[in-house]
Amino acid sequence: MEPKTRTRRKAFADTDLCVACGCCARVCPMNAIQIRNGIYARVDRTRCVGCGKCARECPASVIEIREAQA
Amino acid sequence: MKSTKNPKNQKKRWYDYLWMVELTYMALGFFNILFAWLGMLFFCIPLIISLVKGTKGYCNRYCGRGQLFGLLGGRFGLSRKKDIPRWMKSRGFRYGFLLFFFVMFFQMLWNTYLVFAGARTLRQAVTLLWTFKLPWHWAYHGTLFSPGVAQFAFGFYSVMLTSTVLGLITMVLFKPRSWCVCCPMGTMTQLICKAKSPKGDIVTEEP
Repeated sequence: MEPKTRTRRKAFADTDLCVACGCCARVCPMNAIQIRNGIYARVDRTRCVGCGKCARECPASVIEIREAQA
Repeated sequence: MKSTKNPKNQKKRWYDYLWMVELTYMALGFFNILFAWLGMLFFCIPLIISLVKGTKGYCNRYCGRGQLFGLLGGRFGLSRKKDIPRWMKSRGFRYGFLLFFFVMFFQMLWNTYLVFAGARTLRQAVTLLWTFKLPWHWAYHGTLFSPGVAQFAFGFYSVMLTSTVLGLITMVLFKPRSWCVCCPMGTMTQLICKAKSPKGDIVTEEP
């Protein structure tokens, strides 16, 4: 029998299209998003709870909430 | 029970009210065009932050315009909250738009120079969307210096009003802060940050 892998919903940002405006970091209740060197948003997925607030707020719609292995 | 909420999001900071500065700025320019010069702060502060600290700290925290769009589109529900078209967030469009703004800005500086040099008379009008000349003579009460000082104020206020109107249009059509995607200042500061950043820090895909 294959071992069970747990999946949780997490935020993923497309760093290529991210404009680093910081709207996502502003609304994140877990303080899981950081704007790296003014270039892109980076999600700390150990903190992210996949609430989706950042994805809804992102003006460029470059954040996606999808299943990630826990 | 201990709250899991980040205190940062619970307590408002002084810089969360900078939308009032933006509103005040636009209002002041309606009464006396020379106040438009204060808008240089909105140009210089983001550039200084990106050049000195290598961050987009201005966009992230202090942009009053972004806050105003966030407030109108979010709390006041004036936004459709739809995704921005893909072409509008492409690098080609963002860099092209920045270039276009640059060209228009330098054209405005050239017109100012002509008034300073006495080759052209002062035009007491604000140009909206680089096309429509709006009468704005009530906001001009003379200047102690050259009329060129007032010409720059009219030109600068035109740039600010045009970007505010474009921001409001994108706010209504797409998400509240959609202007941030193609904002020339944001694009420029991000380019500065990229240039300043160590090469290893630029990734194309988040791990």
